[in-house]
Amino acid sequence: MKILVMIKQVPDTATQVKIGADGRVIDTAGITWIVSPYDEFALEEALRIKEKRGQGEVVAVSLGPERGKEALRSCLAMGADRAVHLKDPVWDAADTLATARALAAVIKQEAPALALFGRQAIDDDMGAVAAQVAELLGWPCASWIMEEAVDADAKHIRVGRQMEGGLEIFDLPLPAVASAQKGLNEPRYPTLKGIMGAKKKEIKEVKAVDVGIAPEPPALSVVKLESLPPRPPGRIIQGEAAEAVKELVRALREDAKAI
Amino acid sequence: MPGAYWCMVEDDRQGLPKKVMAEVLGEASRLGAGASVEAVWVTDRATPEGLKQLGEWGAKRVWLLENAAFAPYRAEVWTPAVAELAAKESPQAIFAPVTTRQREFMARLAARLGAGLSADSTAFTAEGGKLVATRPVYAGKLLSKMTWAKTPWMATLRPNVFRPADAQAGATAAVEKPAVTISGESMKLVERRQDAATGLPELAEAEIVVSGGRGLKGPENFVILEELAKVIGAAVGASRAAVDAGWRPHRFQIGQTGRTISPKLYLGFGISGAIQHLAGMRTSKVICAINKDPEAPIFKIADYGIVGDLFEVAPLLTQEFKHLLEK
Repeated sequence: MKILVMIKQVPDTATQVKIGADGRVIDTAGITWIVSPYDEFALEEALRIKEKRGQGEVVAVSLGPERGKEALRSCLAMGADRAVHLKDPVWDAADTLATARALAAVIKQEAPALALFGRQAIDDDMGAVAAQVAELLGWPCASWIMEEAVDADAKHIRVGRQMEGGLEIFDLPLPAVASAQKGLNEPRYPTLKGIMGAKKKEIKEVKAVDVGIAPEPPALSVVKLESLPPRPPGRIIQGEAAEAVKELVRALREDAKAI
Repeated sequence: MPGAYWCMVEDDRQGLPKKVMAEVLGEASRLGAGASVEAVWVTDRATPEGLKQLGEWGAKRVWLLENAAFAPYRAEVWTPAVAELAAKESPQAIFAPVTTRQREFMARLAARLGAGLSADSTAFTAEGGKLVATRPVYAGKLLSKMTWAKTPWMATLRPNVFRPADAQAGATAAVEKPAVTISGESMKLVERRQDAATGLPELAEAEIVVSGGRGLKGPENFVILEELAKVIGAAVGASRAAVDAGWRPHRFQIGQTGRTISPKLYLGFGISGAIQHLAGMRTSKVICAINKDPEAPIFKIADYGIVGDLFEVAPLLTQEFKHLLEK
């Protein structure tokens, strides 16, 4: 069973981000990059499916600039068998739909049984690509999955998708798309052996023309990035707990009108 | 109608729109002044009360797509039906509230229509015949202003951010029941596992959220926050530290790898305020923090803070609110 896992390289949550010179993208100097955490859940699940079945192939796929190879390398170190790097200047301003088109094209070529994504990437938090790829491929899609089981003959996958109020268990015929929610698993750390082995694994570079994609303007684009408006300074309420609480409740009621 | 502002209806699965629809319809009415504001309701059961409610919140028309095949929700069934209607009607904009299913459905519909989608938007401005959406990015550290190359302008709206429409008693919407193709589904529902009822509001919708972190010291102490929450009608959330420690199920996590909330009032207890937590609650209107560490980063964004022991402060707050609300 072949599984493709789509991953995105994003700035580490704790990293400082500054607006770049053109005002529309961030200044990438000094940023620590990581694999988006939800994508790690997706990769971990793919590795577990392969291990459980005792055979199969896990391919990590990422669209992005040259530095994205580091993210793919860490997926290979975790245990992915090989990687595909979609790298082309035509994707520099790719919105979710352009990204989905590129990924769908690769998925079509690779023809896996399962395409796994993270719920959303933690840089732009769009959370749209998995469902869009599913639409472009005409595959069923289960978003925000918390559990899964592939049946013995790899014809169906049973997933639990999170909804407000509970978990909905669905059977999907394969091939299918699913996106990982936190709680699906606990991703492994790469072993030293894994890290060494990753250096010998293939990262195939793919350009737009290789997957038959013609450049087109994005449907949604960034006009500009802005810093947050400053929050008015807060007030620390001093005094003994009982007095402070009285004053806090009064302030929430009368000043802030929050309750 | 061409040029209309469409609002996808999120409902309670019992035939009534959720109150977040007042926010979506309210914003659509402000932006589309002069345009027709129309609700699109995909459901297996609508009720007359629900349709009336949509009219009172400002929908001039309701496109009612009512069919047993639309429940349980599956994007693969909803998308072709709504896309078919959109192709006929050419709406100017399609809005929906951020809920788990609307986020997925809108993404799939956008791919079908070849349209841009601004997810989890927190503001809109009309600039020279164009719509510009604002959305938080990079853990809420920056705001991104986005615009569309063509219509329909598709967006999901963060709950509790937009001012709800004032209900106009007696205003009614024209109800249209267009014929749409019902696609066969490939996904089969096996079962539903309801979460244990907390008796408290849903986290993403709550107007007040009480949240606990590592400072609570253990899962048993969440009861202190639940007592407070019951008094003020709040939902109870948790920080990643508390969830990763196994004190609360993940669905209660607020933050970058959990829920994003924007309540009128957020009360954080024993939460330091790591960036990843702030990402999920920064757009709350009033932020209140109780932490014994005066250097805790959460105090930097808090409107009100008490430096103190939450085990002392929280029960006092419960008592004080009880007195206040009994008056």
